Amino acid sequence: MHADPRGVLTGVHFLDGDHACCEGALTAGARFASGYPITPSTEVVERFAARVPTLGGIFIQMEDELAASIALQGAVWGGAKAFTVTSGPGFSLMMEHIGYAAMTETPCVFVNVQRGGPSTGLPTLPAQADMMQARWGSHGDYGIIALCPNSPQECFDLTIQAFNFAEQFRVPVMLMMDEVVGHMTEKVVIPPAEQIEIFPRRHTSKPPADYLPYETNGDMVPEMAHAGEGYKFHITGLTHDERGYPVMTVPAQDKLVRRLQQKIERAADEIALYEEEKVDDAEVVVVSYGITSRVAQRAIELARAQGRRVGKFRLITAWPFPEHRIRQLAQRTKAFVVPELNLGQMVREVERLAGGLSRVLPVSHAGGGVHRPEDILQAILEAAS
Amino acid sequence: MSEVRNPVEPFLRMDRMPHIWCPGCGIGTTVNCFTRALIESKVDLDHVTIVSGIGCTGRVAGYVKLDSFHTTHGRAIPFATGLKLANPKLNVIVYSGDGDLSAIGGNHLIHAARRNIDLKIVCVNNLIYAMTGGQTAPTTPNDAVTSTAPYGSYEPAFNLPHLVEAAGAVYVARWTTYHVRQLARSMQEAFAKKGFSFIEVLSPCPTLYQRRNKLGDGLETMKYYKEKSKVRNGAPTSEVGLTMQGEIIVGKFVDRDRPDYRELMRHRLAETLGDRYVECEELVCS
Ligand SMILES: Cc1ncc(C[n+]2csc(CCOP(=O)(O)OP(=O)(O)O)c2C)c(N)n1
Ligand code: SF4
Ligand SMILES: [Mg+2]
Repeated sequence: MHADPRGVLTGVHFLDGDHACCEGALTAGARFASGYPITPSTEVVERFAARVPTLGGIFIQMEDELAASIALQGAVWGGAKAFTVTSGPGFSLMMEHIGYAAMTETPCVFVNVQRGGPSTGLPTLPAQADMMQARWGSHGDYGIIALCPNSPQECFDLTIQAFNFAEQFRVPVMLMMDEVVGHMTEKVVIPPAEQIEIFPRRHTSKPPADYLPYETNGDMVPEMAHAGEGYKFHITGLTHDERGYPVMTVPAQDKLVRRLQQKIERAADEIALYEEEKVDDAEVVVVSYGITSRVAQRAIELARAQGRRVGKFRLITAWPFPEHRIRQLAQRTKAFVVPELNLGQMVREVERLAGGLSRVLPVSHAGGGVHRPEDILQAILEAAS
Repeated sequence: MSEVRNPVEPFLRMDRMPHIWCPGCGIGTTVNCFTRALIESKVDLDHVTIVSGIGCTGRVAGYVKLDSFHTTHGRAIPFATGLKLANPKLNVIVYSGDGDLSAIGGNHLIHAARRNIDLKIVCVNNLIYAMTGGQTAPTTPNDAVTSTAPYGSYEPAFNLPHLVEAAGAVYVARWTTYHVRQLARSMQEAFAKKGFSFIEVLSPCPTLYQRRNKLGDGLETMKYYKEKSKVRNGAPTSEVGLTMQGEIIVGKFVDRDRPDYRELMRHRLAETLGDRYVECEELVCS
């Protein structure tokens, strides 16, 4: 299916990442957002609040992030495509409802424009220190998807991708931006609506009498019905069976929780998007994402200028992590260098997958700014030596 | 020969019976009133949706045969807010406990009332956190013993009708599980009313509240409700606070009109945006 042209501002624009994210959401068909103001993410919903009444949609500013992160799920069950936008402290408050969305398989998008933490931290300055929280922040086991754009253009593109994955897999999808990407202004090209693919809601075609809310077929993703259509279904955050009824047994828990994780894991190769450059004969591969990938690019060029064979591996999808590809690269790469604006989060995945076959050098940064290219360069040279 | 069936059965998920509630619990009585109100109001059940939080009362959503959502603790109201905004045709009922709605969910309660979101709240007040074993709630009256106030509660309690009236509710009533006809009628009125409606139902929790306070069983509590309740429709809500085993003022306290959230939104946006405003009826995506 193609995007509804009414929401699509086709053309060439000059936008910051936050505004581009809003346009991505509108293009994807989001007509409901619930938010609570927090720097550096608020611009997304400010634009949405201005734009969406002209498109037949609603923005509501809720009383806190607990409310914002569940109101959007009510809207989804009412039929809408919906999202919320936040940053560190608000993201922490939303964790219970990321779990609720995972458990009830509510397709929705959470945007986190990352700033320095912990706690109130650095409200106006960047970090990438919520990456593990995005994956594991709610209690219990479940699968989610997280994407990390590195430019305003990607804020647009990946917001659409986030909605598409949310619908395809019926999961909460996290768009993990950072303050720099959110606030940098660049060219953003919005294509014509008919060139933009939209994954439609997996609405059931069954009549109410035959419908079970959590019955699944081969791809492990159930079909949805909306409230008010006569299905009279039950949805709960308790462990449930195919009817959606609570069942407090070990087998029911095992069946449900494994499916929630496996529906994502089994499709990981399809979901795990990445960008590579000269990795095939590289002695060192730099793994990075978000704004850090742009600083890393500079470091890679400096190293190449010194005759080093350096490959670039940029995560576009952070979760599920591109396990197969990193394992393959570990077979032939001497070392991975992993710069990130945290004290070592995604690097743990690289270490785990390298399995001792190649060295892994983190380049940590506590946040508040970006790396100096020289610091990444130094790690590359050390790794290559 | 046709079987004699309880008229509320078609409204319940009989495949989920028996329910989890204790003998003498008042929650089932409120559900009976609710189904009677549904029958009598002749609303289209396809368009009635029920949202609960977490607690013994929170389980109601799982037992009634409607589109039903058992959400997270305290968040039934914001979930219902999103649902109602996405599909204004739905009659959205929030059915939950006193702790869920007024403690962890207290912020949402007052803000939804302030915005006048078109939701009908049924608050089953058993003066306690029942599901978790009888801890103090914001509604627990002074002197009552709870599992976390073993020497008696000394925190001042919320007067819920007063709270929600002050926050902006357009319909506020209180009954007990003794007042089944009045309760069902209030529910019917609330279904038909546009805006934020709040019905408090005092309900026994013999297992945890009455027993720990040596107040007898469910029947004993019914006697108390019968003897100590006074119907005072229109009573100033500031005067309806509850005390331990004291007088219970019941009745319809507030029934007023003011524009609901959607009307306010539509009015403002149409006025400011003119032709550019695209009104939404249902936000159904394809
Ligand atoms: C976030 C969170 N905190 C705590 C709990 C535990 N909990 C479940 S029900 C409940 C209290 C419910 O009390 P009330 O709303 O009065 O319902 P009742 O059981 O009395 O009907 C609590 C504290 C929870 N489920 N979630
Ligand atoms: S514990 Fe109390 S409120 Fe819960 S079911 Fe038993 S009697 Fe009812
Ligand atoms: Mg209670």
